[in-house]
Amino acid sequence: MLSPEERQEIEAELAHYPHKQAVSIDAMKIVQRHRGWVSDESLRDIAEFLGMSAADLDGVATFYNLIFRKPVGRHVIMVCDSVSCWIMGCDRIREHLSSRLGIKLGETTQDGRFTLLPIVCLGACDHAPVVMVDGDLHQDLDPQRLDGILEKYE
Amino acid sequence: MEKIITKNIRPEGEPPDLKAYEKAGGYQALRKALGMDPKAITELVKASNLRGRGGAGFLTGQKWSFVPVGKDAPHPKYLVANADEMEPGTFKDRLLLEGDPHQLIEGMIIAARALEADVAYIFLRGEYTLAAQRVRRAIAESYARGYLSKNILGSGYSLEMYLHISAGRYMCGEETGLLNALEGKRANPRTKPPFPQISGLWGKPTIVQNVETLANLPHIIQNGAEWFKGLSPGQSGGSKLYGASGKVRQPGLWELPMGTPIREILEEYAGGMRDGVKFRGLLPGGASTDFLVEEHLDVRMDFDDVHKAGSRMGTGTMIILDDKTCPVGMVRNLEHFFAQESCGWCTPCWSGLPWAEQTLTAIEEGRGEAHDLEILAHITRWVAPGNTFCALAPGAAEPLQSALKYFREDFERHIKEKRCPWR
Repeated sequence: MLSPEERQEIEAELAHYPHKQAVSIDAMKIVQRHRGWVSDESLRDIAEFLGMSAADLDGVATFYNLIFRKPVGRHVIMVCDSVSCWIMGCDRIREHLSSRLGIKLGETTQDGRFTLLPIVCLGACDHAPVVMVDGDLHQDLDPQRLDGILEKYE
Repeated sequence: MEKIITKNIRPEGEPPDLKAYEKAGGYQALRKALGMDPKAITELVKASNLRGRGGAGFLTGQKWSFVPVGKDAPHPKYLVANADEMEPGTFKDRLLLEGDPHQLIEGMIIAARALEADVAYIFLRGEYTLAAQRVRRAIAESYARGYLSKNILGSGYSLEMYLHISAGRYMCGEETGLLNALEGKRANPRTKPPFPQISGLWGKPTIVQNVETLANLPHIIQNGAEWFKGLSPGQSGGSKLYGASGKVRQPGLWELPMGTPIREILEEYAGGMRDGVKFRGLLPGGASTDFLVEEHLDVRMDFDDVHKAGSRMGTGTMIILDDKTCPVGMVRNLEHFFAQESCGWCTPCWSGLPWAEQTLTAIEEGRGEAHDLEILAHITRWVAPGNTFCALAPGAAEPLQSALKYFREDFERHIKEKRCPWR
């Protein structure tokens, strides 16, 4: 069941568009903000609320990089792997994160603290390599700086 | 050159709020535009020769002229700011969004007025979180001041503006993919015609315009078409945000006259190459543009000049390849991106791009075979314009086909030595 807050937030978005289905992405992001991810149950609830089939909505969900259809950790680390970051050494950043956290891309640490994901160009190429943690951009990284940054995310 | 679209921007500071923006002359162009006939705005933009800054370089005024206006025109009509900056190596619109959101909003209201649009959306990529905060606040300020909503400044013209935050996929930057995404669908491209100017969002006339293009509008309205054309030595007119990333001394962004030579941008602004590395080539305007090399350094960064040199200016943010970076590895990285971001709608793209990526991976890992270069060349022809629904796969072919031309010996060395010489 969608919570009253979730319903209210989705309804506020509905006012911006002439058709209900247009808020499908917003609705999933709202639910994800409250619950961390979009479960099958949430997907069915949102689809029902918007008058569309769950299959259609899942087609939308799986198209976009930032909708999580699996549970994620308390913090999501997204490592930019696009061209400028690659030239500036993003492989080293990713390998460092993998070995420090003991997880590969797409995995979550056992304590549920971090999920590690790849991301396409974050638009900060003049400060490559970069990562984004929970929506915060961290630039000009090297493994040492990265360690300091991770400590801030409990 | 004086700064035009970046004059209010303090890179590390807060953007001007409404009061500061007005104090710097902001929203005067809107007042002027509201006093003009909508068709006269379009004519002025046409006369300015403003070309789209998103990559394709289409003439803005000409694009608008396809939208039906007048009392028989269908409504609602829509304007969309394409702020889905996902072209790898591109970081220019983020500066405008974070640094001066009111300039974008003013430009949008002017464009919407010319088109007699009823609703405007800012389509922002999900990862631009700081931009989202700042744009949202600026829209609220504009509503509170009466620059948006009903009867703007008593003109009788009404416009609603909303921020749409996307959930991430390169395809959303493609005009028709973006429309599908705004409608809450997968961002597959649509067949053209009908063109969005006639049948776009929910089947209504729609104009999609890049952020930097829209940011220029208040200045063109205020200062006129001749002033705009006079800003640059080249054909296209105006200023342009140029950028450089890779192993240059000072990677960054600079607003310069349209048509500034590549060498000047690289040497004077980016500070040349870092110690210990040499220049080998560059992608002039994002991942989906052809490589240029040493012989092209005196080419002017303008749409037609770069086109004549065999590439595209694209977004104008250059990615520099140096001699300590493997060109095959770089192209493999690019094709990995394009293969991953393909929406899967048409066969050349969903089939051809992973094939290119796998072939490049094999070469990079020392498993390449002599005929692989023929296969790669074949794929670039197979995904050429006309064979695909949208520009994603043809764009993916550009760095690959030009790398095969300029760095062929490096590919051959990988295959012959059965290893990457850079590892």
